[in-house]
Amino acid sequence: MPQRAVNDFTIRVATVNGSGSQSSNLVLTNAIFRMGVPVAPKNVFPSNIEGLPTWFDVRVTSKGYRCRTRDVDVLVALNGATWNQDVAGVKPGGAVVHEATYPLTNETQRDDLTYYSVPFTSLAKEHFGDKGDLRKYLMNMIYVGALAQLLEIPTETVEEGLRAQFRSKAAAVELNMKAVTVGFDYARENLEKRDKYFLERISGKTDGYMFMEGNRAAALGCVMGGCTVAAWYPITPSSSLCEYFIQYCDKYRVDPETKERNVAIVQAEDELAAAGMVFGAGWAGARAMTSTSGPGISLMAEYAGYGYYAEIPGVIFDVQRAGPSTGLPTRTMQGDVAFAYTLSHGDTKHIVLLPATVREAYELAMEAFDLADRFQTPVFVLSDLDLGMNSWMTKALPYPKKQFDRGKVLAAEDLSSMKSWGRYRDVDKDGIPYRTLPGTQHANAGFFTRGTGHDEEARYSEQPDVWQRGLDRLLRKLETARTSVPSPAVDDKGHPVAILAYGTTHHAVVEARDKLEDAGLEVDYMRVRALPLSPEVAAFVKRHERVYVVEQNRDGQLYAILRTELPPHLIGKLQSICHYNGVPIDAHVIVDPVLEAERAPAVVAE
Amino acid sequence: MTANVNIIGLTREVYKGLPTTLCAGCGHNSITNHLIKALYDYGVEPHKLAKMSGIGCSSKTPAYFVEQAHGFNSLHGRMPSAATGAKLANRDLLVLGISGDGDTASIGIGQYCHLIRRNLDCTYIIENNGCYGLTKGQFSATADVGSKQKGGKVNEYSTIDVCGLAIELGATFVARSFSGDGKQLVPLLQAAFSHRGTAILDIISPCVTFNDHEGSTKSYAHVKDHDVVLHTVDFIAGSKEIQADYEPGTVHDVELEDGSHVILRKLDTDYDPTDAMGALRTIHDSTARGEFVTGLLFVDTHQHDLCEREHLTKKPLATLDESALRISKADWSKLMET
Repeated sequence: MPQRAVNDFTIRVATVNGSGSQSSNLVLTNAIFRMGVPVAPKNVFPSNIEGLPTWFDVRVTSKGYRCRTRDVDVLVALNGATWNQDVAGVKPGGAVVHEATYPLTNETQRDDLTYYSVPFTSLAKEHFGDKGDLRKYLMNMIYVGALAQLLEIPTETVEEGLRAQFRSKAAAVELNMKAVTVGFDYARENLEKRDKYFLERISGKTDGYMFMEGNRAAALGCVMGGCTVAAWYPITPSSSLCEYFIQYCDKYRVDPETKERNVAIVQAEDELAAAGMVFGAGWAGARAMTSTSGPGISLMAEYAGYGYYAEIPGVIFDVQRAGPSTGLPTRTMQGDVAFAYTLSHGDTKHIVLLPATVREAYELAMEAFDLADRFQTPVFVLSDLDLGMNSWMTKALPYPKKQFDRGKVLAAEDLSSMKSWGRYRDVDKDGIPYRTLPGTQHANAGFFTRGTGHDEEARYSEQPDVWQRGLDRLLRKLETARTSVPSPAVDDKGHPVAILAYGTTHHAVVEARDKLEDAGLEVDYMRVRALPLSPEVAAFVKRHERVYVVEQNRDGQLYAILRTELPPHLIGKLQSICHYNGVPIDAHVIVDPVLEAERAPAVVAE
Repeated sequence: MTANVNIIGLTREVYKGLPTTLCAGCGHNSITNHLIKALYDYGVEPHKLAKMSGIGCSSKTPAYFVEQAHGFNSLHGRMPSAATGAKLANRDLLVLGISGDGDTASIGIGQYCHLIRRNLDCTYIIENNGCYGLTKGQFSATADVGSKQKGGKVNEYSTIDVCGLAIELGATFVARSFSGDGKQLVPLLQAAFSHRGTAILDIISPCVTFNDHEGSTKSYAHVKDHDVVLHTVDFIAGSKEIQADYEPGTVHDVELEDGSHVILRKLDTDYDPTDAMGALRTIHDSTARGEFVTGLLFVDTHQHDLCEREHLTKKPLATLDESALRISKADWSKLMET
């Protein structure tokens, strides 16, 4: 037997969607996690309800990497339609657990793999033939048992994983455990372990961690951030954000006696209306949000421009998927950054937050409501499918320390003590005006909100100087925002070469930096967490000779923003690295071009 | 000397706004004057009024009344969504939306339909002149078949009847009136303010500049000739007693949700404003005759509005603080254990 590979490999489960494999995949993930071994699950699924291929990768990683790896070490093959392609994707030395009826032909019989044939279908028929529709779910659980036996996951640990998955539903735990045992027993009696992959219990790497999707964390951020109006139109991959928000509000925003709710959630007729409700509510003083993805962002452009120019708070979550157009609804990309930043016709720049982790999905969601109120403007939170819909190991989310920042709102008392006020006057020279809310009982409270040209007193104006002054003040407001938005996360040890990234690309950068260090190249790192860019970005680029800007889109959207906004003499230092095939970025996408370029720096310098 | 004041002690001046910038003789200006009277008579508190509009000539009018009140001149065809957000944020607001026929029946027809479905508590006025005024007179979707443009072009496309559509969608208050008929319009407006739910008022309002010529079915002359008044309308606020004696069978007395009454005095026909199918037939038949009926076409006072359906707290959501909105520390700890 070759040298044991312990706690560092990737299991790929290839199934058909709609077959109930999600539960078994999560049970497997949970069981490994309960052995103390960090896991990073990634679901690569089709835009379909039933019958198309789907893959679930469980990356087992003693170092705790969170990104995808392109290597598949252990394949569980349960989809005949992709059998050939799935086998071809396994790394040499890998193991294949497959449905016994799949043919081993010239194409699928590889010399460098170990095969374990398991009659999943007939085992399921034999043991669960009377379970009707449940049979297909239980068949998936059989694979968990077989794999547990081969990888040495204790059955008790699988049972713990089952309990976590099915909560306290004893009957479900019992039935599923029976299926696990069928697989386990079959493997013990019939399969001889010949591959090198093993799991071993370790300690200290998963303590205090739990699993959570980014969309769930963002929903909690909305609850704790005081969102009271949510309007949404269902769209993958953002729907679960609002659905989690509904779920939490049903539990925590309802008066137990009167059943009255401290929240209004409306499923809108489209994203145009969802955005309108958000800015209508923001105008009237509520903290409001909508959640969508690229196609919805396209429709929201009109109200985003309105919110920007009329200066109304509102939070827009964009859980990005692969575009343009309908694109790949169930695949991930960071493709909306440039669009969201300038969303609307005319000169427009928005505050954009770029969470990378589940914790940031929660914290930046909360922060978004404060920033929207403080700057009286739309705030975009750009998550992506990878962060939003995958389960990530995360520590418990902290209870918020700050109270809400409701920004510059004048109450009736304030108005009484003022000689006059103007809705769009720049009193504090920070570009941020004062506002009043409808319902404020004072004769001077009212003003007319409009998307048409207006002066400092909110009066209609077509005067050239008034118009330009207004646009200039909005730019001043954006300058104020530069130092108020979340600052970049920086790891600068004075190396000449650096990586600059944002959002979920972060996780590939973490692994890439280790790999580069192993290859003798240490690189610094800046992770941008918001637009407009912090002044720290230019300083960071200035301190380095070459900065690789890594992102998950084709055109290098942040790279383009940097080229526009950084001083011209710094632009030559930037190199763009892009990944855009729809599956989450892995470390090699970064390591390979960086190593190649850095080994021949003369080429880079050109 | 005591100035004339309304029931909440405000003068009529308070209900006025900036001078109109619309064309002299525009029907919309008459509507504004009737609105000022209705708001004054009703005793609307200016700070509780939210004036919402879309884009177009009609949508400029919120600037011309109750200057003290907050106004929201939104996007073309998107007033309903902004109104929905505003009302959900602060259910104490009296939401008054003003739209036009292009804003409602073309670009905004989706939001119009869904506003009605949700029965948002608001008054929704359509200042309907059958054409796009601000862009110089193109036909709108409410132009009648056969109606002639100023340049002679005849509309061949079927008309969207915003009242018929509203009733079909389950609207709970649908009225049609004419900008020149203040006697009918003022009480209808007040009834709309009292109604809890979406109150649709389609007001035919001739465009003097682009649609007031021979051959137009929305010219002053044509409208005056073809207006079939269903009933006279009186509004009696909930605080007042009904004093007049009506001969049995001559009136429909509709009690609104807040205890106010709309008294509809029958004219030639016996019209029942609570019969949706009857209303649809009446609209259909009058259109076929080249006429249009005005009055309270349909009313249903037994439906919940959006805030009620959503079981919203009585306090405006906009005023809730951390203690009402955040999960408690104890519950949070439990939540983070799982």
